Amino acid sequence: MMDKRLKLAADIGGTFTDIVLEKGKQRWSGKVLTTTQAPEMAVLEGLQQVVKEAGFKPSDVDVFIHGTTLATNALIERKGAKTAFITTEGFRDILEQGYEKRFDHYDLMIDRAVPLVPRHLRLPITERLAVNGDVLIPLAEEQIAGLAKTITDEGCKSVAIGFLYAYAHPKHEQRVAERLKPLLPNDVTICLSSEVAPEIREYERFSTTVANAYVRPLMAGYLHRLRDGLAKLGLDAPLYLMMSGGGLTTLETAARFPIRLVESGPAGGAILASRMAQSLRLPEVLSFDVGGTTAKICFLSHAEPGRAHRFEIARAYKDMKGSGIPVRIPVIEMVEIGAGGGSIARIDKMGRLTVGPDSAGSMPGPISYGRGGALTTVTDANVCLGKIDPEFFAGGKVKLDVAAAQSAFKVQIGEPMGLKDFWPAAGVTEIVEENMANAARVHAIERGKDITQCVMIAFGGGAPLHACRFAEKIGVRKIIVPLGAGVGSAIGFLQAPLAYEITKSAIVTLDIFDAQKVNKLLREMTMAANVVVQPAMAKGKPSIKIKADCRYVGQGHEIQINIPSRALRDTDGKTLKAAFEKAYKSIYGLTIPNQQVEAITWSVTSSSPHSKIGTAQKATKQAAPKPLRTRRLFDAASGKLVNAPVYWRFDMKAGARIRGPAIIAEHETSTILGSRFTAEINSLGHIVMEISK
Amino acid sequence: MSKKALEAIQTQVMWNRLIAVVEEQAQSLLRTAFGTITREAGDLSAGVYNPAGDMIAQAMTGTPGHVNTMATAVKHFFAHYPQSTMKPGDVYVTNDPWQGTGHLFDYVMMTPVFLDKKLVAFFASTCHLIDVGGIGFSAKANSSFEEGTYIPHMMFRKENVLNDDLMKVILGNTRNPIEVKGDLLSLVSANDTGARRLVEMMSEFKLKSLDKLGNHILTQSKKGALEAIKKLPDGEWSYVLPLDGYEKPVTIKAKLKIKNGHVKVDYRGTSEVSIFGINSPRTYTEAYTVFALKAIIAPHVPNNIGSLSCFEIETDPHTVVDPIRPSPVTSRHVTGQMLADAVFGCLCQVLPGQVQAESAGSIWMLMFNSAHGRVSKEQLVNAQQYSVLAIGLGGIGGRPGKDGLACMAFPSGIGGIPIEIIEGQCPLWFKEKQFLANSGGEGEWRGGLAQRIEVLNRENTPFTISAATFDRIKNAAQGREGGKPGSLGVARLGSGPHLPDKGIHLVPAGDALIVELPGGGGFGDPAKRKLELREADRKAGVVK
Repeated sequence: MMDKRLKLAADIGGTFTDIVLEKGKQRWSGKVLTTTQAPEMAVLEGLQQVVKEAGFKPSDVDVFIHGTTLATNALIERKGAKTAFITTEGFRDILEQGYEKRFDHYDLMIDRAVPLVPRHLRLPITERLAVNGDVLIPLAEEQIAGLAKTITDEGCKSVAIGFLYAYAHPKHEQRVAERLKPLLPNDVTICLSSEVAPEIREYERFSTTVANAYVRPLMAGYLHRLRDGLAKLGLDAPLYLMMSGGGLTTLETAARFPIRLVESGPAGGAILASRMAQSLRLPEVLSFDVGGTTAKICFLSHAEPGRAHRFEIARAYKDMKGSGIPVRIPVIEMVEIGAGGGSIARIDKMGRLTVGPDSAGSMPGPISYGRGGALTTVTDANVCLGKIDPEFFAGGKVKLDVAAAQSAFKVQIGEPMGLKDFWPAAGVTEIVEENMANAARVHAIERGKDITQCVMIAFGGGAPLHACRFAEKIGVRKIIVPLGAGVGSAIGFLQAPLAYEITKSAIVTLDIFDAQKVNKLLREMTMAANVVVQPAMAKGKPSIKIKADCRYVGQGHEIQINIPSRALRDTDGKTLKAAFEKAYKSIYGLTIPNQQVEAITWSVTSSSPHSKIGTAQKATKQAAPKPLRTRRLFDAASGKLVNAPVYWRFDMKAGARIRGPAIIAEHETSTILGSRFTAEINSLGHIVMEISK
Repeated sequence: MSKKALEAIQTQVMWNRLIAVVEEQAQSLLRTAFGTITREAGDLSAGVYNPAGDMIAQAMTGTPGHVNTMATAVKHFFAHYPQSTMKPGDVYVTNDPWQGTGHLFDYVMMTPVFLDKKLVAFFASTCHLIDVGGIGFSAKANSSFEEGTYIPHMMFRKENVLNDDLMKVILGNTRNPIEVKGDLLSLVSANDTGARRLVEMMSEFKLKSLDKLGNHILTQSKKGALEAIKKLPDGEWSYVLPLDGYEKPVTIKAKLKIKNGHVKVDYRGTSEVSIFGINSPRTYTEAYTVFALKAIIAPHVPNNIGSLSCFEIETDPHTVVDPIRPSPVTSRHVTGQMLADAVFGCLCQVLPGQVQAESAGSIWMLMFNSAHGRVSKEQLVNAQQYSVLAIGLGGIGGRPGKDGLACMAFPSGIGGIPIEIIEGQCPLWFKEKQFLANSGGEGEWRGGLAQRIEVLNRENTPFTISAATFDRIKNAAQGREGGKPGSLGVARLGSGPHLPDKGIHLVPAGDALIVELPGGGGFGDPAKRKLELREADRKAGVVK
């Protein structure tokens, strides 16, 4: 049965807010400029446009799904609430000391991330629990009134509480919250580390809790304004928020744990890839999503993306790993590198050509936009190489200045490197594609993947421009550019299941497996996750997925294995250990004989069933359409300029087949078909590109 | 023209790939390691070498003391095992302090890589093992024979078959066989990961050898380093750095000589070798000297033998910076990691106003053990047996234009270990671990803050602490350009007495260990410090 509901999705990005409306097989989409100061404005305006264009009224919408980078931006721009942090006496500086590690050996001028809570608002309270929950120092409840006064006097709008060992023993945190609440003004919000991120390693837990507290007033305010704005339009459909882990949640839960929304756009992209993998029955998939600032690479196995529990936000020093704020939240595991359309290309001190990680963004943007950009970017390179058609760009709304881009490449890259003609631009795309390839390779080993066995799914405005060359570099032979590739993440939102994940640390040895203890823990976690999901489901029961992060006793990093969602028996320990060792061997090439294995962190995901999805049928062969025109295009595989036909994507019927080199244009992006590839439109309208035999 | 251009870009692409390959190697080691110092603090290194044993790329993950010593360690294997005798599946190992990375705790593992039966490269990696027998992590030994088990250059794996006999010897000579076995296998697996990726890369780019690429990397890097050096004037500059030492104070005498694009640090005249384990083998002395030179002179040039070869040292044998076997060396970093400040003391005369002030230097390895074997059984009824490590990090010197970094290692690259990880392994608990007010030296740019750590025992039993690497208790990190010194280090019992030396000390039942790490020196005249920075320090309570 086809889903007949009218579904609306909105993805707020740094530059554009994407809107997608869907009913059955029909889809409408639009892009409006993001209104940073009041993001709900762009959403409300954009959705009215698209809904009207499609011939509906806002009140016709049956369900609305929303993702936003608002929380991320608040953290990057430090625009969250004034926050206080109550912590175990003697440890107020954990938040600033961080990993105590220089993240670059040779750069003596590095800065660590400035904590979201300054030292004078990091308030110690006398208390101390031991690792097993024993009270080493009783909680000094008499100090709470004083803390409340400081918090009120300072005008803090948010309070984070983080104590040592609260991931397992929350009693002191809970007691402080309970006593503090009535002493604070009503609009001050309180977050506990035992609720936000109940996991071992104090710095990361505290950091996550503080980040959540910091964005909560802002996000809750925004979400409620959006809700009211929608009500005014008569749009009273249920509203769900996309989370960084790839599931959807309710507005109320999102307002409590807004930190879980940070990477919701890219997560939407991964969901799109997952649904494509199901629909096309692809066992191993590499999802490749390129926007204006970054490229995101994510691996999916049997339509499941990898999942992680850690993410670093707002890198403060030269975009370097280690200079940001770590958060422990469920995220779809992906690598994100500074290699998007706006990434800046330059010659470094060593005379080497480098690209990114900094971006020209939307203002001033690439040189060819003619909005004041002066530094060469990847988009400019693509313009010089004939990959972006200056007439079609953004549906013809933005006229591109090709000559300005060409002369900038000559001066900024060509002359210092002794390169002429199109070569400086070709060098830039080659480097950026290699950067993408390197990131993909390193990520593949982290995930234990054989990259050459993957089919690539390329979307986001930039990916279809680079997909063929990127595929050649990593040995991928088949690429799919989905219908609506330019607004891929928002389409992904519409296909996400309603899902909520709960994560908790509890160390259990698999060799001496205590099934009763684990069953009790998992039962409690399942109930807590179901509470979020069940009420939003029309009928039926949520399905449960359980995973455990395991390692050899004595190690510090884990591998995730699946746990059956039934009552466990003591003998299951043995089976789980075998599953762990199998996974370990496939990644690291060996196992450690006679060594015990322990599970460290458990995660339970409750989710509503996926909506049904169409599968591709064999399309009958069609003649290729007449190209719109011919363009001079740089073909990286052969290393020369060639004459390439330009096809309009929607002129190509299912079964139509063309050979590279060619350009397939559409409003929100262009697909570059390399000379070694052929492309065919499948029965669902996706472009399927394959390396010719 | 176009062919040449494409080639240049492809070479660049392959270079980036090689760096990605060694980063994978390092990540594999970090993720599979057992010792907390490797997996939490990152005390490791990984690199790739050409068949002649020249390091052509290293991972960013790791620490300079390992990276730069390993740059020369690989060649020493060839005296025992010529390249012509090596077979696919072989792995070589040693923990030789003089020909490895400076003390017996660091195992270096080297794996040859073959393509079409031809030797094309080596991967080497190293990490710090938690225990290698002997008297443990103490500077108290008088010879390296007492410091632990020495494994000469040997085969760890022969044509894919592990050397079980050697494994038995190593595991039979450590107090922590489980961790040691795991870490050794991690090293093997990390090199294998690198080797697999390299072979894939070479097949993809249709390379039969790395000669051309390797030469390009080394030539370009050397060129980059030379260009940077040429911006400096020729001349000689000296600096004298006093250190606490062990049985007597140590004086490091450094003379920097720059001439015709060559940089040399001459340590002749430095204190004679100590009878205790604070001596820094020449390879380790060289590693940190070159690190410090490169960090100021050519920080952006890739770290490989091409760039490293522009810098050299001169030493007298039988000094603390060039001990001869069997001088004890366990705490070699207490001297070696101070050399960055000796080098900076010279460089700040060449580049006035551009070199940061002195730092805490030596990381304080807070090695805790249960008191088994050190007190009578009656004092240890129901006592847990444990051996755990915390890392004590002080302040880094104030910088031109920025305050010094608080609580971070310099010049070492390792990090801290979470309290919740440490306490999970033992009955000890930390009562305090936070910034120490007034510890950063005053200056226009304040020295980095140090921290105060207090450790107690939940059991009513004694425990031990190794003071092997505690320094700057008598000699503070000096300021620069008018900045004031950082605070002195303190190591004492809660009941009062200070730890007398760099040996292993007992913390009696019911007592506590208190350490205050040394602060960083200030940079520039304190009178010039901006008012708002003073105010911020006061508000934060870090200056009182």
